[in-house]
Amino acid sequence: MNTPGSGTGAPAGHSSASAPACRTSADIFVHGTGAVSPAGWGKKPLLDAIASGTPLPPKEIQRPNANESLRVRQVPPPNPRPTWFAHARLRRTSPITQYIVAAALEAIGTDTARVTDGSLRLGVIVSVMSGCVNYSRRFYDETLRDPVTASPLVFPETVFNAPGSHIAALLGTNAINYTLVGDPGTFLQALALAADWLARGEVDGCLVVGAEEIDWLTSHAFRLFHRDIVLSDGAGAVYLRCGAPVSVPARTGSSGEHAGSETGAPVKLAAVTDSHLFTPAQSRIAALRKTREQLSVNGNVSLLVDGLQNLPRYDEAEATVWRDWSSARISPKKILGEGLMAAAAWQTVIAIDAVEKGAKAALVSIAGTNQQAIGAAFGTAD
Amino acid sequence: VVITGAGVVTALGFGWKSNAEGFRSGRTAFRPVTLFDVSRQRAKTAAEISLNGSLPQTKLSPRQASRLDRASRLLLIAAHEAWQQAGWSPSDYLPVSLGTTSGGMSLGEAYYRQALQLPDKDRGQATRVSHYQAQRQALDLAEAFDFQGPVTIISNACASGANAIGHAWHLVRTGQAERVFTGGYDALSHLVFSGFDTLQALSTTRCRPFDAQRDGLALGEGAAMLAIESLDSARKRGATILGEIVGYGAANDSHHLTQPHPQGLAAVETMTAATRAANVSPEQIGYINAHGTATPLNDGAEAAAINTWAGAHAAKIPVSSTKASIGHLLGAAGAVEALVCLIALREQWLPPTTTIETVDPACAFPLVREPRDAKFDYALTNSFGFGGANATLILRRWA
Repeated sequence: MNTPGSGTGAPAGHSSASAPACRTSADIFVHGTGAVSPAGWGKKPLLDAIASGTPLPPKEIQRPNANESLRVRQVPPPNPRPTWFAHARLRRTSPITQYIVAAALEAIGTDTARVTDGSLRLGVIVSVMSGCVNYSRRFYDETLRDPVTASPLVFPETVFNAPGSHIAALLGTNAINYTLVGDPGTFLQALALAADWLARGEVDGCLVVGAEEIDWLTSHAFRLFHRDIVLSDGAGAVYLRCGAPVSVPARTGSSGEHAGSETGAPVKLAAVTDSHLFTPAQSRIAALRKTREQLSVNGNVSLLVDGLQNLPRYDEAEATVWRDWSSARISPKKILGEGLMAAAAWQTVIAIDAVEKGAKAALVSIAGTNQQAIGAAFGTAD
Repeated sequence: VVITGAGVVTALGFGWKSNAEGFRSGRTAFRPVTLFDVSRQRAKTAAEISLNGSLPQTKLSPRQASRLDRASRLLLIAAHEAWQQAGWSPSDYLPVSLGTTSGGMSLGEAYYRQALQLPDKDRGQATRVSHYQAQRQALDLAEAFDFQGPVTIISNACASGANAIGHAWHLVRTGQAERVFTGGYDALSHLVFSGFDTLQALSTTRCRPFDAQRDGLALGEGAAMLAIESLDSARKRGATILGEIVGYGAANDSHHLTQPHPQGLAAVETMTAATRAANVSPEQIGYINAHGTATPLNDGAEAAAINTWAGAHAAKIPVSSTKASIGHLLGAAGAVEALVCLIALREQWLPPTTTIETVDPACAFPLVREPRDAKFDYALTNSFGFGGANATLILRRWA
């Protein structure tokens, strides 16, 4: 199992004087979370939707040239419209960038000012599975019609790391910035990587975001594998730093402004398991079993946040491996739909929120779409 | 952290030997694009690889191999050479760190065309969806050589390959892994070619990095893979050591989505970080393989960065951009160019930029315009990408 931040090598990049490397893996704490989901912009609508236990109503989108309606759960328009939509780098961006920036700003909270003034070196890891499908589809469509008229403004936004670049520009950070591509388990790999960067003092704080946007193209693609799947989009963000926060950051609204003053218990990133690949020699169930073994579940864990979505074939691995789980359990996809990388991030945000609110520890279980099973544990400081 | 296996495929050829001969003779490998229609594009050429369809023998079944897209084939060809050279055997724990920007894009394009033009026909579409995804390509790689381990795919535009190797280097040097299979790959695709063309970033004449009249880049395709491991691991196995990776730096240039800061500030930062990690000074660097895309903005910024980073010593560091020979390989560029540095270090010669006519006066450093022998111990390679992804790697000759 990865002990977060177990890398102990000397820093290779730049380390700020204000950024001592974490002394032990137990030093890596959650300093904020954020979310954008079909329930709305911000963490609160996400948590309210989960608390309600009622699946959000899907809507239908039409596939061009085909008599086919596709059921999806998309992020509603923001209300009010965040002021940063008008930032020079963000005016023409795709929805996925907007989701990522909103979740990121909510997670960073008041540390935004320290990043902007250069006193806090912020690493950024964005993880996506499908990435910017809307602009990719649009640009390729324009190319097929006539490349002479294809928009040079759209193409750069199709690149996987465009959203990560936009966050860096908005915050004014030039620290290390990765975009990881993979199946939804990649979000937890990104958390482990962030812990590694923190442990070796390369950054003072690290923002980890998982996000997706959907359109008819991706929805149709996933229907090829399961006719009842309902894709959803959005983002989730976790902000990690060394050391416990003095108090859990105040909750913020979608535009990054303070919207309340709730505080909770400090939450540490206790563990991220190894990534267990799905291979011909290792079934999804076998991979997830190894994940569960590594999470070394004990009596102190009071919550499991899993990826069940009421699709028996998709759910088989998690339903089987966690069948005997007797403590509390939340299955966000049953409410929100299959958000892929965003869903992995929502699961994590929900687990962290539970620990903030008093759960001793919470587990995240991810049986990815086609790559890996992986899990994470969050706990209190003591 | 040592390199015990290296594999490469570019338009210059398949494998270390073909590429070494190609660079050493100063060849360029551009030709008219045949993979898709470029009749309405400004640029018409690229460093397109002649893939003859044959793949190296691996543990993939013929059916699996037949489903591989062009990028996966390139990846497998490079990986096979590196794997064989390293003498690695199947493993239960071998992390993979790959860089790519648009690995399976040609499958995504085919999927889109069929979905739009033949909406009632789903035949083949599920396979295209599944093999389009980069993680599928990585899993195919693992299955081809019968190993398991965490897969990390970094998609940082044109720095992806360098970032992937840098990440792998960290895994080994910090003891998180004894061995890592790492590199980058990308194949030409219509969408990406059109994208660069609409940005007017593609040369309509000739790719001339650091030339005063340069007018843009030329795209290419390819892959490079490195088998890297701890020195202890290599020695225990009695492996032949090809070279070392000794430094890595990564930073983000937030100046503009597609344009570098004119002074290349992030590049200065990554070169400084990499030399610090390698515990060397610019005076010890015997060759720089520049990002050198041949766009007016990139080369100006990179020249400024090298001048700043090296100071007065810039006048003594030979610099070239091998993109003049093989084009810009995007997500593969950083990996292929690291491998070019490895070849140059091992064989002690400098690969040239043969297409320069008039040197840009911004270059305070000597450009390698003809292949030539050289004695040097350290090579530095830069990779910069859209979104401001910057990365620098430093390799050392194994002596």
